[in-house]
Amino acid sequence: MAYVTEQSSRPFRLRMLIYDTRYRSLTIQICALAGLMLVIAWLISNTAQNLALLGKPVNFGFLSQPASYDINQSFIEYSSRSSHLRASVIGLMNTLLVAFLGCLLATAIGLVIGVLRLSRNWIVARLMTIYIEGFRNVPVLLWIVFYMAIIIEVLPSPREFRGDSPEASMLLWDSVAITNRGVYVPEPLFSNGLGDVSVFGIFAISLDLIAFLVVLGAGIYASQRVARWAGKVQESTGVRPATWHYSTALIVVPPVALLLALGFHPGFPELKGFNFQGGINMRNSLIALWLALACYTGAFIAEIVRAGIQSVSKGQSEAASSLGLRPTLSMRLVILPQALRVIIPPLISQYLNLTKNSSLAIAIGYMDVTGTLGGITLNQTGRELECILLLIVCFLCISLTVSAVLNWYNNLVKLKER
Amino acid sequence: MKRLYLLAAAAALGLSTGGAGAATLDDVMAKGHLQCGVNTGLVGFAAPDENGVWEGFDVAYCRALAAAIFGDPMAVKFTPVTGKTRFTALASGEIDVLSRNTTWTFSRDVDLKQTFVGINYYDGQGFMAKKSLGVGSATELNGASVCIQTGTTTELNLADYFRSNGMEYDPIPIETNAEAKELFFADACDVYTTDRSGLAATRASHEDPDSLVVLPEIISKEPLGPLVSHGDDQWADIARWVLNALISAEELGVTADNAMEMAAGTNNPEINRMLGSEGNFGEMIGLSADWAVHAIMARGNYAEIFERNIGVNTPIGLERGANAIWSDGGLVYSPPFR
Amino acid sequence: MDGTTFVRKEILAAQSPPTSEIGIGGWARENLFGSVFNSVMTVLSATAVVLFLAESLPWILQSSWTANSLSECRERISDRYGEGVHGACWSVIRERYLQMLFGFYPSELYWRPILTFVLLLGALSPVLFPSIPRILLVFSAVYPFVGYWLLWGGSIWGPFSIVAGFAIGIFAGQHVKYRIAMIAVLILSVYLCFRISGYLQTAAPVGIEPIESAQMGGFLLSVTIGTTGIVLSLPIGILLALGRTSDLLIVKAICVGFIEFIRGVPLITLLFVASTLLNLFMPPGTNFDLILRVVIMVTLFASAYMAEVIRGGLAALPRGQYEAADALGLDYWKSIRLVILPQALKISIPGIVSTFIGLFKDTTLVSIIGLLDPLGLSTSIRADSDWNGIVWELYGFVALMFFIFCFAMSRYSMYLERKLEISNH
Repeated sequence: MAYVTEQSSRPFRLRMLIYDTRYRSLTIQICALAGLMLVIAWLISNTAQNLALLGKPVNFGFLSQPASYDINQSFIEYSSRSSHLRASVIGLMNTLLVAFLGCLLATAIGLVIGVLRLSRNWIVARLMTIYIEGFRNVPVLLWIVFYMAIIIEVLPSPREFRGDSPEASMLLWDSVAITNRGVYVPEPLFSNGLGDVSVFGIFAISLDLIAFLVVLGAGIYASQRVARWAGKVQESTGVRPATWHYSTALIVVPPVALLLALGFHPGFPELKGFNFQGGINMRNSLIALWLALACYTGAFIAEIVRAGIQSVSKGQSEAASSLGLRPTLSMRLVILPQALRVIIPPLISQYLNLTKNSSLAIAIGYMDVTGTLGGITLNQTGRELECILLLIVCFLCISLTVSAVLNWYNNLVKLKER
Repeated sequence: MKRLYLLAAAAALGLSTGGAGAATLDDVMAKGHLQCGVNTGLVGFAAPDENGVWEGFDVAYCRALAAAIFGDPMAVKFTPVTGKTRFTALASGEIDVLSRNTTWTFSRDVDLKQTFVGINYYDGQGFMAKKSLGVGSATELNGASVCIQTGTTTELNLADYFRSNGMEYDPIPIETNAEAKELFFADACDVYTTDRSGLAATRASHEDPDSLVVLPEIISKEPLGPLVSHGDDQWADIARWVLNALISAEELGVTADNAMEMAAGTNNPEINRMLGSEGNFGEMIGLSADWAVHAIMARGNYAEIFERNIGVNTPIGLERGANAIWSDGGLVYSPPFR
Repeated sequence: MDGTTFVRKEILAAQSPPTSEIGIGGWARENLFGSVFNSVMTVLSATAVVLFLAESLPWILQSSWTANSLSECRERISDRYGEGVHGACWSVIRERYLQMLFGFYPSELYWRPILTFVLLLGALSPVLFPSIPRILLVFSAVYPFVGYWLLWGGSIWGPFSIVAGFAIGIFAGQHVKYRIAMIAVLILSVYLCFRISGYLQTAAPVGIEPIESAQMGGFLLSVTIGTTGIVLSLPIGILLALGRTSDLLIVKAICVGFIEFIRGVPLITLLFVASTLLNLFMPPGTNFDLILRVVIMVTLFASAYMAEVIRGGLAALPRGQYEAADALGLDYWKSIRLVILPQALKISIPGIVSTFIGLFKDTTLVSIIGLLDPLGLSTSIRADSDWNGIVWELYGFVALMFFIFCFAMSRYSMYLERKLEISNH
């Protein structure tokens, strides 16, 4: 396109807008912009007309109305009198929870499967291939409902734990109960805890948790200072003082002391009435969604990991050992940075896929943002346009944040060519 | 070549643009059939049989309406709608009338701009539990796991009921009746709550109905009825008076079998006015003079429709109860044809 | 030191390798028991496989193919294999597989979707296999109309007139000088032909029985949505990819915005838009079929992903190709059409195929908005009082069908990749 025409001194004429390369690109762009504006204006005017016909002007006022329905999993205070907005926020938190758990497990699965697939062990490599192909070639929605069906049909119901000779029993010295309504694990309780602190009156954070994290963080920081001190001594004297007992003590003792002071004891789940009470309840829908998403995405991550490992040429590791690097060091300094450069970008896009796929929670009744804002709130208020708009905005925010992180990372590890 | 695909797609799929808003009757006449929104599959109320022909209590109303307009009960097409899509489908004109066990509430009538044309079934929300659970009353349900269908008024009633009784519960939301059954039978929830008619249908479909018990409490009023979009009074009138004609027919003793005979003229002036042998009600409402005759002959009067689809002799086995005609002590009542 | 130096005069015959290195033993030593860790892994995996087979095989094999309901099936299995045996009720598949494949499509008309599918393979073959004569591409171009007509039925004159309109338009357009006028002639002729199709139908009613969208379901629906989505998204994707790589700032911004927007939201929200909002965006009173609305949103969704695949193909093309096209004096569209796209598309085919696999799998999401795809149908089969409580057989069947289709596609794409690699060296 960029060929040079002879400099024309002819006066400007209208047809030059199309036939003169100097103006043409401008013309095209303005036309495209105008066309887009027209289309958008057309859509908006249609929508406005339709809404006027229906008598439902765009109005987000419903968000402050009481939601009137209950949500079975919420991290912040919620009752059926809370607003639709709060219900949506709870849904968003549930989405982020399952996405976070899913990404962690999917990465673990992907790493193990991806490495094992390259194993020289024939049977292991074949099994991993079957796993990858099996999960990748069946729709994720099918996996989700399938896992849910397994949990519901195969696991025992709470009723089977009852009676003198129950058909099912709790695991690990009566501390964990696995039922078809969810898994109950012990929860941390504090007999003389510090209570909760309210943040802006919107939600409450446990002070015990904050205190524990602060003490743990301080311990880790102090142990790092000790390590640095040891390094200095080593540089000046050539002998590194043994510090492991100091660092261990610094990390372990203060949190343990704090827990004792707060009166920490585990709260075990117990069968009371219809359900297990006490303990942390991981609902069946959460587990089904979590496992299905993790296994499905894990299969894709495994392929990414395999490609990443195979992308680092053998010469690199040979070069590293010829420099005298020990295997661990050569892995850390030479192989991994190069493999990660290949692995990370598709990995993050898999994380994004997992987060988006978590919206399929609606198929098994997990109360994520599609279930609250895009499900019950939409149904009860009849505000389709507003609800779906908000839903789209929620997911766009998540995606754009992840994309921003991805770009930042890409710039960080970009080959610095000289 | 690729450009061709694009244009072709736009052209070939051909968008049909109908007239906007006002005269629904004219649109329906022009289309040649009625488009009726029904449940995606609830035994007794609306379900396709093995030949794909829709039948049921809600479906029968649509057939009567189609018969009143066209004289042909088969001139109706059915769009299965879910709890989520039903109001949108009606508002966008995708369906002309919605007959899908929908509860008449203030906000649906006023805020969602719908016009309920009457009540064809007086329902109430109840609970069903397994007998082996040993629960005799809903007040004993503190801490129970409850399966509910989302997108319905039932989950709001449920929240209100437990809140006002100071009890806790664990809501398990599900999308369809089929999933609810699956969870309930696998003991993933202790009780299943929905309209009592739905509970009866679910109980009836179980291989051992006696192992299930419907708790005595009725926690809400659920007046179910057909509805049309706001803003077309003529269309709403037609929908309303077809329903009233079916109810009046039961009261006046007009059945599918004798309607034709009675249309020739009887001693009862109200029957004559309704069936068109006296006065010009058909002309007033914009239909033929014998519109009510066709409507009644489609699937019978209210009692016949009830008994054929959900009555005691069907697998659903519902008593008339509150849905008996007013003269028999029920609530079903039609304004007079005068 | 003299004469004692031993020099071998003849070459020794090669000895066979030690027995530990050959045969099954050697192979097992090499591949299964190379080290302690390896041996442990082998034993663990083998145990897992054996346990899995011991659990699932009896269930799969001790089954009933003939029962008419779940309770009857369970009775038959316990009669034949003894009390307490849990076997699969494959009879539900035998009874309903046609429904799973075709939905509620009238059974006497099953030949139409089958013929459509066979013709689809015919239409795809010139695109996928370069060795097939180019003239068949004409058939590929006409195919969408044939397929549409076969599936939905109705008057032949509608699709026919559009094809005729295109033919006339292209023919007439070649005699017009300017591109814009050419497009105008094309649109005009298509429009005119479409208008007269109504009169043709009244004059000579030729057609086949029309089928409503509500009657389509099962894998027929999945394949229809998936294929239509991918075919329609290809041209849009190409345009978006060209826009994204172009120097025109505004055009680029629009394309990037569109692509990132679509890729940022889950398909299910777009399907919600299709099921509840799309009618709002159209002029008041417009109303069209839910399947059509779904196809529109799926096409938009797929085109964003397609654009990224094709952008990859464009980027993988050596810079020299662009420069060579410029050096030949080709203008932008000519260089794209004659030089860049043929190569870029060829590189992108594996990516396009995997986008298609993804889209095909994602068609199961339409069950959430109430369409009866295989998953939606399996829910409605379970709602039937005869089959209430049947789970694994249906899911297994649906999963198997999807697996066969997607696995075959992915193998094809790998074959293409290998072929491309060879031809590039």
